[in-house]
Amino acid sequence: MAADVLPVLAFYLFSTITVISALMVVIASNPVRSVLWLIAAFFSSAGLFVLLGAEFVAMLMLIVYVGAVAVLFLFVVMMLDVDFVALRQGMSEYLPLGAFVALILIVEIALVVGFWVVSPQVSTLIDNPAPAITQTTNTAALGNIIYDDYAYLFQAAGLILLVAMIGAIVLTLRTREGVKKQSVVAQMHRTREEAVALVDVKPGQGIN
Amino acid sequence: MSTLYADLAIVRPEIVLAIGAMILLVLGVFRAAGDAQAEATTGRLVYAVSIFLLLATGLIVIVYGGGETREAFGGMFVDDAFARYAKVLILFSAALIMILGLEYLARNNMMKFEYPIIILFAVIGMMMMVSANDLLSLYMGLELQSLSLYIIAAFRRDSVRSTEAGLKYFVLGALSSGLLLYGMSLVYGFTGSTSFDAIAQAVTGTEKMGVGLLFGLSFMAAGFAFKISAAPFHMWTPDVYEGAPMPVTALFATAPKVAAGAMFARAMVEPFGAGTDQWQQILAFLAVASMFLGAVAGIGQTNIKRLMAYSSIGHMGFALVGLAAGGEKGVQAMLVYLAIYVAMNVGVFAFLLTMTRNGKQAVKIADLAGLGTTHPAAAACVAILMFSLAGIPPLAGFFAKYFVLNAAVDAGLSWLAIAGVIASVISAFYYLRIVKVMYFDEAGEPLTILGGAEHKVTWAVAALLMLVAIFPFEPFNGLGTPEAAERAAQSLDIIGHAGVPGH
Repeated sequence: MAADVLPVLAFYLFSTITVISALMVVIASNPVRSVLWLIAAFFSSAGLFVLLGAEFVAMLMLIVYVGAVAVLFLFVVMMLDVDFVALRQGMSEYLPLGAFVALILIVEIALVVGFWVVSPQVSTLIDNPAPAITQTTNTAALGNIIYDDYAYLFQAAGLILLVAMIGAIVLTLRTREGVKKQSVVAQMHRTREEAVALVDVKPGQGIN
Repeated sequence: MSTLYADLAIVRPEIVLAIGAMILLVLGVFRAAGDAQAEATTGRLVYAVSIFLLLATGLIVIVYGGGETREAFGGMFVDDAFARYAKVLILFSAALIMILGLEYLARNNMMKFEYPIIILFAVIGMMMMVSANDLLSLYMGLELQSLSLYIIAAFRRDSVRSTEAGLKYFVLGALSSGLLLYGMSLVYGFTGSTSFDAIAQAVTGTEKMGVGLLFGLSFMAAGFAFKISAAPFHMWTPDVYEGAPMPVTALFATAPKVAAGAMFARAMVEPFGAGTDQWQQILAFLAVASMFLGAVAGIGQTNIKRLMAYSSIGHMGFALVGLAAGGEKGVQAMLVYLAIYVAMNVGVFAFLLTMTRNGKQAVKIADLAGLGTTHPAAAACVAILMFSLAGIPPLAGFFAKYFVLNAAVDAGLSWLAIAGVIASVISAFYYLRIVKVMYFDEAGEPLTILGGAEHKVTWAVAALLMLVAIFPFEPFNGLGTPEAAERAAQSLDIIGHAGVPGH
């Protein structure tokens, strides 16, 4: 009995936290808080993925979204001095138009969902995944696809990223004149004679 | 494991180039650190090794290619006579353009080691494009090439025009990639596969392609047309050609055009060969629009780089006439056209790279005035190249046009051939004007020709090629170009196309 209840409980816990955090992202007044709520939303949706048995996607969610994207957002929000209060001022003015657009979207989604025809083979496809679930984990299956079947594309993507990196550096990096940098070698080669001067200071006169 | 090694043996040229480029990158980063002197010598070293790498890879393609068609990585990569033909053209023209650009780069303080490395990556992308047998691998190659070209277009970052060229190229290129991807996703959705072979089977089975598939095909054609700068997707070309540094412009006009043209051809005739009569009108429209736009818009130009841009738009129009004809014969005509086009452009740019006045690059057509008296030999060669670009018999440029127009007539597209002849006559105006400016206009300040022996040899050899060697009959036989192009076209897997579509 407990074995059945626990996943359901976990599901409701994670989904409640996800929905509440997502709501807080939108309504939090401080953008930094919004980003922190966003991280909470990512985290609990990773939990939902684990419940689905998609542990690889869950880890990606944590590593990529929480580890990189959210931190990047945080930096952008903190560095760009955007006046969010000013951004919100037109809220009531744009509300009717925004609500109208939202209504159109909802109607369209309803139309799509209403007329959606699920292909008859879908249920058999879902029941018989290739490769079979008992034979491999989904991490291994993804690894097979990315590093075996699509090894060529994977390497090509690596080359593209390398070119992007070289390009970003070569188009923006410039060596500035007059920047004081620490030179360890120069520091080590300093001798006491050239670095220290002994001055006999008379009382009340100081050094001139 | 053994299949992986077999696959790696097939992509040997690309691997040699990629590993070479990465080793050079590491070498450059470590050696160039320090003063400007170290940077310049490293730049020269990397540049020389890069040229050597391109030539060596070209030899590998020729020597290890063999005659057969080999597929690697589950059919995503194909090495056939078609790919090898395009790769040889790409590698050798890129190497030649690099040799010719050396002097300009040294003169303008552009000798950075990143420049040759980015060109190497662009060439790898081009080789992947012409070998792509799957929508995914095609897109990866295309992006690798485009991204590298965006960077070198903006390489003179202290020049506003160069930066503008790079940015413009980047933004419009991203847009065209979007169009291409949209088309690809539709094609994938309606055929169920990204592999050219599977798409071909899906297309062959039906009497007429569905609306969704045709829609996807049209978007893909629009994306390709952008990459080969065919009208009405040509808008970036004149600005990018004008803004980019001269050696980069020379590169743009040659190797990427071959790559994009070959990729366009394969992506049309292999997966969609059975529906040739349905995409023929798209290609025919692109061809007519490009030919006429290239001919008419070039007339008002005063800047020779812009003129060459319109010239290349027009020439791509002619190449597309061959593709519009479809089938083996059309592809063969297009490949011959591309080879002759590249030879002409390498010759012309060898000369343009050396044109200077008061130490600055001369880019005006009027700057050529009086060249006939001050540098008679150079002027004679340039005149021959211009006549050939205009397509005046008995020069090679004429035979190039003859091949594609003949293919169009055979495919029942006589009106397209007639349009091509008219456009060719209009475009002759601006090519002949250059000859007139060189020989009959009064020279102002004399032009300085800064090039070394490599430039003189290149433009002289190019002119000689135009004069004699590309004749498609005995004893020259076009230096084997038509036969090679025929083998290349035959190696394509064109299903369900009977040569002459019913019209």
